[in-house]
Amino acid sequence: MESTNQPAAADAQATAHRQPPLAYDARSELVLHVNGTPYTLTLDHRTTVLDALREHLGLTGAKKGCDHGQCGACTVLVDGRRANSCLLLAVAQDGRRITTIEGLAHGNDGADGERLHPLQEAFLERDALQCGYCTPGQICSAVGVLTEAADGFPSHVTPYTAASGAPMELTPDEIRERMSGNLCRCGAYPRIVEAVGDARDAGGAES
Amino acid sequence: MTHDPFPQGTPPHPLGNPVARREGREKVTGAARYAAEHTPPDCAYAWPVPATFARARITGVETSEALALPGVCAVLTHENAPRLDSTDDPTLALLQEDRVPHRGWYVALVVADSLEAARDAASAVRVTYESADHDVRFRAGHPGLYEPESVNGGFPGIRERGNFEAAYAASLIKLDATYSIPPLHNHPMEPHASTAWWDDGHLTVYDSSQGATRVRDDLAALFKIGKGEVTVVSEHVGGGFGSKGTPRPQVVLAAMAALHTGRPVKLALPRGQMAAVVGHRAPTIQRVRIGATTEGVITALAHEIITYTSTVSEFVEQAAVPARVMYAAPHSRTAHRVTALDVPSPSWMRAPGEAPGMYALESAVDELAVLLDIDPVELRVHNEPETEPDSGRPFSSRHLVGCLREGANRFGWLPRDPRPAVRREGDLLVGTGVAASTYPVFLAGSVAEAHADADGGYRIRLNATDIGTGARTVLAQIAAAALGASSEERVQIEIGNSDLPPAMLAGGSAGTGSWGWAVHRACTELAARLRDHTGPLPAEGVTVTADTGQEAAAKSPYARHAFGAQFAEVQVDTVTGEIRVRRLLGMFAAGHILNPRTARSQFIGGMTMGLGMALTESSGLDAAFGDFAERDLASYHVPACADVPAIEAHWLDERDPHLNPMGSKGIGEIGIVGTAAAIGNAVHHATGVRLRDLPLTPDKVLPHL
Repeated sequence: MESTNQPAAADAQATAHRQPPLAYDARSELVLHVNGTPYTLTLDHRTTVLDALREHLGLTGAKKGCDHGQCGACTVLVDGRRANSCLLLAVAQDGRRITTIEGLAHGNDGADGERLHPLQEAFLERDALQCGYCTPGQICSAVGVLTEAADGFPSHVTPYTAASGAPMELTPDEIRERMSGNLCRCGAYPRIVEAVGDARDAGGAES
Repeated sequence: MTHDPFPQGTPPHPLGNPVARREGREKVTGAARYAAEHTPPDCAYAWPVPATFARARITGVETSEALALPGVCAVLTHENAPRLDSTDDPTLALLQEDRVPHRGWYVALVVADSLEAARDAASAVRVTYESADHDVRFRAGHPGLYEPESVNGGFPGIRERGNFEAAYAASLIKLDATYSIPPLHNHPMEPHASTAWWDDGHLTVYDSSQGATRVRDDLAALFKIGKGEVTVVSEHVGGGFGSKGTPRPQVVLAAMAALHTGRPVKLALPRGQMAAVVGHRAPTIQRVRIGATTEGVITALAHEIITYTSTVSEFVEQAAVPARVMYAAPHSRTAHRVTALDVPSPSWMRAPGEAPGMYALESAVDELAVLLDIDPVELRVHNEPETEPDSGRPFSSRHLVGCLREGANRFGWLPRDPRPAVRREGDLLVGTGVAASTYPVFLAGSVAEAHADADGGYRIRLNATDIGTGARTVLAQIAAAALGASSEERVQIEIGNSDLPPAMLAGGSAGTGSWGWAVHRACTELAARLRDHTGPLPAEGVTVTADTGQEAAAKSPYARHAFGAQFAEVQVDTVTGEIRVRRLLGMFAAGHILNPRTARSQFIGGMTMGLGMALTESSGLDAAFGDFAERDLASYHVPACADVPAIEAHWLDERDPHLNPMGSKGIGEIGIVGTAAAIGNAVHHATGVRLRDLPLTPDKVLPHL
C-alpha cells in the first residue's frame, strides 16, 4: 500500500492553502507588561504568551509541560487572574499585565536576595516540590486561588448554601479542587495543599 | 563493618536530619534552568516528524514544500542525516534507514529559525510509505510468545524450585487467578528536551537526563568521537521516573541537527509524541497460583507473566521476580514469556518488575486470605521466610513483619470486620485493604572528588543527577558526616555535568547509595589527610578522589531488599461506580533514612503514582492504526490534586551494616510497589467484587454493583 502522512483529500487542500507561503510568518508589534515592565515585541502571530516569555524574554520560569492547557505548568497571572499561558496567543494579549513566577518576590530580604512571596516561602517550608518543573505554575495558580476565594468565586466543591459573592473559606477540599488544574507527577500534592493553607493563614491574597 | 563509618562530630550529626533541599529557592523563584531553557546565540528550533504507519518502509520524503516555508533551515531525513555508528541501543539509530518499526518512530526532523516555523514545516513534510500488516494486539496465547533467557535487570527468565505442579495439585487450598495491567506511561512533567551545539569538534548538550555520563558515552559512540569531546549537562531535570534513564531520541536528534546546520539546536519533544518514543511500562498478563494448607501456610507458588516488547529491542518487564523474594514456599515456579509486536519500545518505568508484579502477587495473597478467612496481615506474617526463598541467602535486613504490624497500628487496621460489602454510607460502600511492598538494593561504582579549601570550606564533585530527589542535599549531608562536620552548610556540591567524575545514573533507587558511597570514601580519606596535615593548607587546598568500582561490583553474601506495607481505605459509589481513595498509609523499612524531609516526599510521590496505576492510568494501543490512543495529559490520567487525599508515609529506621557506609537502601521506587494491590484489596472489602484488570475505572466497577 502506497500512502502518505496525510489523507489524500486533504493533500490538495493543504497544498492550496499553503500558497502563498509568506502569509505564514505574519508578525505584529505588541506590548506585554510583564512583572511591571512594558516590553514592545514584534511577534509571529502563532507565538503563544508562553513562548514569548520563554523564547523572547528569557523568562523561563513558566514551564511548558504539554502546550495544550492540560497540565498547568505554564500558569501565569493575566490582569491578576490565573491563565494557561500556552493557550494564549501573544498577539491577542496586547496591553495585558502579566505576572510570572519571576515577578512574585519583592523587595529585599536582607540576606540572599529578594523577599519571597508567602507562597514561595510556604512551598519551601513544606517541601511542596521535588523536580520543581510544575512548581512555578503551582505557585502562580495558588496566587490565583487565594484571590479567587477572597473575591467569592465558588468551586465544584463549594456548598450550595455558601453566600453568593462572599469570600470563600479555603478548606483543604477547596484547595485540592481549585489546584487540580496543576499536575505534579512527583506527587507533592499533600504538601502543596498544606503550603497553600499556610499562605491562606498568612493572608497571602493580600501579598 | 566493625567500626562506625562516621566519626561523631559536634552534634547535631548532619545525617538523618530533615535538611531543606538546596535548590529549593531556585525552583520556587523560577531561576532553575532545565534543558530547553538555555538559548545560545543563533539557536535554531527543531520539530520531529513521526511515522504514521506501524510497519512500513519509507518510499519517499518530499521536503521542498517544508523548505519553502519562511524560516526553515533544513529537513533531516534518513537520506541526508549524519551517519551514526551503532550502539547497543537500537532506539537511538535515528534517521539512519527507511524501516519504520512502529507508529510514531521518527522519520524526519525539521530545523527552523523559530519554534512556530519548525512546527508548521513539520506538518508540510510529505512522507510516502510502503506499509505492511502490523500486529499490536497483545493477548494471551499470542503465537509469538517465547521464553527470554533473561529479563530486565539481568534476572533469569525462569526459576523453578521443588516441584510446583505436584505440590499445587496436592494442596488442600488452591488459588488460581489472572491479573492484567495495561501499558503505562511515565509522563514526567518536563518533556524530554535537549539543546545542542558543536564548537570546533566538541559537542555540548543540555539534556533532560537521569544520567549525563551514559548520555555522553553514547553520543561519543554514535558520532564516532572521543568521550572527552562531548559534554552533557543535566543540571535540573523535571522528573524522569525511568524514562530519562538512558539517552532518548531528543538528544541524538538535537546533536545531529546541530551538526547538519552548524547552529545550536533546541529540541523539546511535543507531549503528544512522547508516548511512542521515550519508553513506557509494557502491559502484563499475570497468572498467580498458590497452594496452601488450611492453616494458611503457602506450600506452592507460581507467578507466570506474559508481556510484550518491540521489534527494535528486547525489554522484558521482570514482573515475576518479586515472587522470588517475598514468601516462603518450598515449591515455586516464576516465569516470563514475551512476544515482539509492532509497538513502541517499552523501557523502565518506576519500579520495573516490582510495581506490576507485586500488584498481582499481593492481590492473590489477599484472595487467599479471604478464601482461608485469615486476616491478610496475619497471612503474610505466617509465610515470612527465614532466608531469601530463591537464593537461600540470608537477608541483610528484612522488617516486613514490623512494617505490617506498625503500619496496621498507625492505620487503625483492627478491629476489622472481614466481611465484604457490609459498610454502607448512603450510596457509598467503604472498605480497607493491605499489601506488601519490596524493592531490591542496587549499587553501582562511582567516582567522587572531595576538596578542602584553604579557608575551611569543602567541595564535592561527581556526576550525580538531581531529578527531584534532593541529591545535592543528601550528598552534602553524607560528606559533612564523613568529614566529621556538624553541618553540611560549608560543603559545596557540584553535580549534573558529564565533565565531572563519572557516576551512577539516578535510577534503580541506586543513586544515593552509589554516589554516597563514593562521596563517603573520598571524604573519609580527605578527613584523614587533613588530620595528618600540620600548619595551614596550601592555597590550592587538598583534593582526594575515590572510585568505588571494586566495592560496588563485589557480590554480597546477603539478599538485600527494602520492604514495606501499604494500607488503603476506599469508598465506592454504587450509583456511578467511581472509586475514591480516602486515605493511604505506607510503612517502610529501607535502611537508614538519611533525610526524612526529602525521603517522605519520595515515598508519598511513589504512592501517588501507585494510586494512579490503580484507578486512572492506562494507555491502549489502537489495533487498526498501531498507536497509543492516550497521547496527552487530558486522556492519560495521572492523579490530580483532588485525587490525593490523606496520604502518609512512615518508616522503621533500620541499622543494616551490609549495604554501604550510610546504611541506606533506595527509596525512590518502593512507594509505588503495593499501592495498587492495597487499593484493589480495599475495593474488594468494600464491595465484595474482585476486579483483576487495572485500572479500576467506573465502567469496570459499575456492572458488578
